[in-house]
Amino acid sequence: MTRRTHPALSAWAWLVYGFLYLPILVLIIFSFNDSKFGATWAGFTTKWYGVLLAREDVREAVTNTLLVALSSTLISTVLGTLVGLGLWRYSSRFRLPLTFLLVTPIVIPDVVMGVSLLMFYSLVRGGLELTGWTFENGFWTVMFAHVTFQISYVALTVRSRLAGYDRSLEEAARDLGASSVQSFLRVILPLALPGVLAGALLAFTLSLDDFVVTYFTSGSGFRTLPVLIYTSVKKGVTPDINALSTLLVLFTVIAIIAANAIMRPRAGRGGEA
Amino acid sequence: MDVFKSFRNAQGGETRVLDDIDLDIRKGEFFSLLGPSGCGKTTLLRILAGFEQPDAGAVLIGGRDMTGVPPNLRPVNTVFQSYALFPHLSVFDNVAFGLRQKGIGGAALRDRVGRAMETVRIGDFGTRKPDNLSGGQRQRVALARAIVNEPEVLLLDEPLSALDLKLRKELQVELSNLQETLGMTFVFVTHDQEEALVMSDRIAVMNRGRVEQLGKAEDLYERPRTAFVANFLGQSNLIPGKVQEVGPGGAVVMTDHGPLRTVYGADLNVGREVMLSIRPEKLRMERDDETEGNEVRARVDDIVYTGAENQYLLEANGQRLVAFQLNSDIGADEDFDYEEEVALYLPPASLVILEEG
Amino acid sequence: MLTLRRFFATLGPGVLWLAVFLIVPVAIMFGYSLLTRTDLAQVGGPLTLESWGRVFGYDALFREWVPDNLRVLGRSVLIAGFSTLLCVLMGYPLAFYIARQPARRKSFLLLLLIIPFWTNFLIRVYAWILILRPFDLVPSLTATFLGMVYAFLPFFVLPVYSSVEKVDWRLLEAAQDLGAPPAKAFMAAVFPQTLPGLIAGILLTFIPALGTFVVSDILGGAKTALIGNLVQNQFGQAGDWPYGSALSFLLMGAVLVGLWLYARAAGQKGLEELI
Repeated sequence: MTRRTHPALSAWAWLVYGFLYLPILVLIIFSFNDSKFGATWAGFTTKWYGVLLAREDVREAVTNTLLVALSSTLISTVLGTLVGLGLWRYSSRFRLPLTFLLVTPIVIPDVVMGVSLLMFYSLVRGGLELTGWTFENGFWTVMFAHVTFQISYVALTVRSRLAGYDRSLEEAARDLGASSVQSFLRVILPLALPGVLAGALLAFTLSLDDFVVTYFTSGSGFRTLPVLIYTSVKKGVTPDINALSTLLVLFTVIAIIAANAIMRPRAGRGGEA
Repeated sequence: MDVFKSFRNAQGGETRVLDDIDLDIRKGEFFSLLGPSGCGKTTLLRILAGFEQPDAGAVLIGGRDMTGVPPNLRPVNTVFQSYALFPHLSVFDNVAFGLRQKGIGGAALRDRVGRAMETVRIGDFGTRKPDNLSGGQRQRVALARAIVNEPEVLLLDEPLSALDLKLRKELQVELSNLQETLGMTFVFVTHDQEEALVMSDRIAVMNRGRVEQLGKAEDLYERPRTAFVANFLGQSNLIPGKVQEVGPGGAVVMTDHGPLRTVYGADLNVGREVMLSIRPEKLRMERDDETEGNEVRARVDDIVYTGAENQYLLEANGQRLVAFQLNSDIGADEDFDYEEEVALYLPPASLVILEEG
Repeated sequence: MLTLRRFFATLGPGVLWLAVFLIVPVAIMFGYSLLTRTDLAQVGGPLTLESWGRVFGYDALFREWVPDNLRVLGRSVLIAGFSTLLCVLMGYPLAFYIARQPARRKSFLLLLLIIPFWTNFLIRVYAWILILRPFDLVPSLTATFLGMVYAFLPFFVLPVYSSVEKVDWRLLEAAQDLGAPPAKAFMAAVFPQTLPGLIAGILLTFIPALGTFVVSDILGGAKTALIGNLVQNQFGQAGDWPYGSALSFLLMGAVLVGLWLYARAAGQKGLEELI
């Protein structure tokens, strides 16, 4: 439905859009600014990109970030899909506590989640030291923490994808001779797949984006990109961080457009049957 | 006799959903489970299909004990109320699903799927997705998907309830014919009494987890054994009374309307409290008293014109009675008026004695 | 029916994971909040309510009430609240603007809204340093507000938008038909329909704004320290885990109160829709 929009409303909307894009634009412009301190324009350059790519710690942070995001997404997608399936399939009296359990990681302030995991890991380490084992905060602690906030998002996405489908679909498959594993693989998974992919994408992005939980669970030796950016920013503005930010914005835009292209053709279908 | 099933007490939550059901369904018959929602008929069907387990008792199909056998290994197939067609598969793939599970492929698969689709007249829809079909077409796909596996028993869970009236009537006839052609055992669950009467060889009327009465359509209608059956299948006038006299030709029951003679109840004891039941269309309304007995004085309270018949709401000795009179031209000038005093004749052969009050 | 076997095949692993990595840590945090700080980041006995006392403004021995912490909490609530208000002022009309565009344009505008939303949070906050530094506004309260609104605006607009999209505009015509002037007709016929989205949006903005420490840390400086900064500090330089734990519970409590109010207004279904 198309309706007239008041000119004042249009103007306001474009002002807000301006507000949303001004910082991004400034970032991009300053990443090409040939000035060490960046407050004034000193000519066009791409040298900060060179500086950035030469930085060993940046490359390591990129690797860490991707490794954490990929492995945590893999685990949370499997666990979350199963939870989503269970939520769809059984309407038990545990529904309310389950909803509560799944909502908690989403609404709990990330600083609280971060510090509680920090203490949890330190206690587990203390316990393990008694047995002679030990571990450092790093890849594993960060990755497990990420899985914890990702599961809910995947589960809820998968559940809402399945919500439109009749629960007797699974029974129909069983009735026609499929074992429970076959009926999952041949009927439920194909139906849930767009939800599973959307959930995985969301989980992946959340992991890439996370700073706070990573900050508290990563220890000193392990840095992801957001942590690296934070420590740089705390030290002061450096132009190569502008370059890094520009690249990340570019990556985001490409990822969103690609995700849209993948999800769009499937999105409209199903649900009413 | 081929199929024997008995279960006790399928516990659903705290209440007994099914209580001591003992049914014997014959090979090749169209058997209906009829009852109001919540009577346990769907649970019973799900137990047959293997989706639920009875708490006690056993299900035998073709003489084999099916208790504990998972649904995928049972020789039964189900047509679901919601059809449950796989939305991501084409019509052909939906119908082929069961055969593929059995490892049938190639020409044999195409041939059997094709024949099943022809049987239910959806031969041209093979490549379509279920979302692009009408309700009636989906219904046929669901049917083809089940019968293609040639199950020993086909279970149908209110398969027509989502369709509009006209289509429903059409499909009732088609389903009946299909069952005759295939010679397959059909177990049909419905809450629609007319549907059950039209289609079934035999009907089990269920209420609160029990079978109230089992029999042919005509038996159930003409000789209901309980008040529930009398009113669930069609409408009935219920008249309480006490047995006054018993003879070889039936019984005389003393009611608020005086003594009423019936051909039933020859084996009852004198003095027993009983409930008489008579169908509204079996009551005969007359202007003048005749002296053959079994007559009740009544006054017309209301008249409902339904086209084929006039339905009279009558008041007789403080009791509400209903009478249907055919709207035939022959009796056109015999229509009764509001407030008119009439005589109701209750034929002894139509006065049934119910088992309980 | 959910049997134990089915539970472990579907819900089990995920629920177990959340129990280990969410419930247990929060329980441990509660335990820590009752302990005493012994050394930097070290804790020990005896069990005491001291940290909880300090959270509510008492000194170590419960003798004196110094409401400094409550001032921080109050400031957090005020700053989060004011940022949310700014989001409402900017975002509510925007949601209407987007919802009333033709379909293609609508999805383009939504895409434009989502891009900053998915851009790294730190970068979004950091960008304001570049803009505000020449005006000598970093660190400042103004910078904190700008950063907050910028960071959380998309959280607000999306739920409001999905509410506005479902608005039945015939009610507006009905209200006007019954003689209401435009503004009154809007308030009577349209505004109530957007209320679920508005409340969800406010909550989705207010909750993270209340808990953040990054925005004020980068843009605000010490004078705008929020409760999130206070928590972070206990696990950083201050090294007082028991006090930090108790503060975390205060923060969680504030969030839960918000959610509870929302659940009361919107019901259980609304709670599920919120996510």
